Amino acid sequence: MHEIPSVRTYVTIWAILTVMTFVTYYVAQVELGAWNIVVALLIAFFKMMLVILFFMNVKAESPLTKLFAGAGFFWMILLLGQFFIDYVSRGWMPEGKLW
Amino acid sequence: MADAHGTVAEHAEHSPHLRHHFDDMAQQFDSATLGMWVFLLTEIMFFGGMFGAYTVYRGMYPEAFASTSQFMNPFYGALNTAVLIVSSLTMALAVRASRLGEQKMLQLFLILTMIFGLAFLVIKGFEYHEHWVDMKVPIIGGHWNYSEFPQFARQAQIMFCFYFFMTGFHALHMVVRLGLMTTIFVMAKRGTFSSSYFTPVEISGLYWHFVDIVWIFLFPLLYLIGRTKKLI
Repeated sequence: MHEIPSVRTYVTIWAILTVMTFVTYYVAQVELGAWNIVVALLIAFFKMMLVILFFMNVKAESPLTKLFAGAGFFWMILLLGQFFIDYVSRGWMPEGKLW
Repeated sequence: MADAHGTVAEHAEHSPHLRHHFDDMAQQFDSATLGMWVFLLTEIMFFGGMFGAYTVYRGMYPEAFASTSQFMNPFYGALNTAVLIVSSLTMALAVRASRLGEQKMLQLFLILTMIFGLAFLVIKGFEYHEHWVDMKVPIIGGHWNYSEFPQFARQAQIMFCFYFFMTGFHALHMVVRLGLMTTIFVMAKRGTFSSSYFTPVEISGLYWHFVDIVWIFLFPLLYLIGRTKKLI
């Protein structure tokens, strides 16, 4: 139905994922301030994309499946974005003077 | 010779695994994959809500949450991440073998995948045991002692509740997918699959990889972030 990825591709992706796990483990021990969180999440995002594109083979799926997979993350970003905007902006308005 | 599902002649023309409301095997396969992704979207929302709530509380009590990282063992976390990544590799190789119709390889890789899945749960069990011994389990009735940082004793309970809920739901998904793989293995043993019919292997594989993705995010959020933060 789709072309079958080679064993070499899968092993390469596995090796990159394992190396990134070591990298994120050691970078977390280094003091980078707020960048610790950013680096950790960027590495996690990168690992997720490798798993989705290669192990789950979304790269070779139909455009409709790609659209659905992308839409899920789009909606979650919207949901969490609104959620955090609410919490961060609480208390910005002087109480009782909203209207 | 007609029955409710069409004539025998009709059946002879296509794979016995093709349901009649699909045009061909490729369309049936694409529909099943799409359906699995729709299910995975609901799972993304399920875990997304927990990640969101966790982030809000972490923002409210950064020092208290950072203090809990003294009691997390990132070595276990990293080891479990590595174990899951290997299980993802063997799962992908199992799907590959099923596509090629290599039944023996399929069964071998399914077994390996399940062994690594079980190894994860065993390591997680040791970890939970350490939290229990450390008195870091904020259950009703209390198995809780936070005398190391008494100023954070209350807020740290929130963090440990998140920790146990998030890793607990993840572990529950691990158990579900081990059950799923057992079913797929039995089907493979019975010779259900061939190079023209491997849809159940493929979509169970999608679930397996999804649960690994959840852990890829749980590992930095629960074990790594806050390790270098100075505690007052």
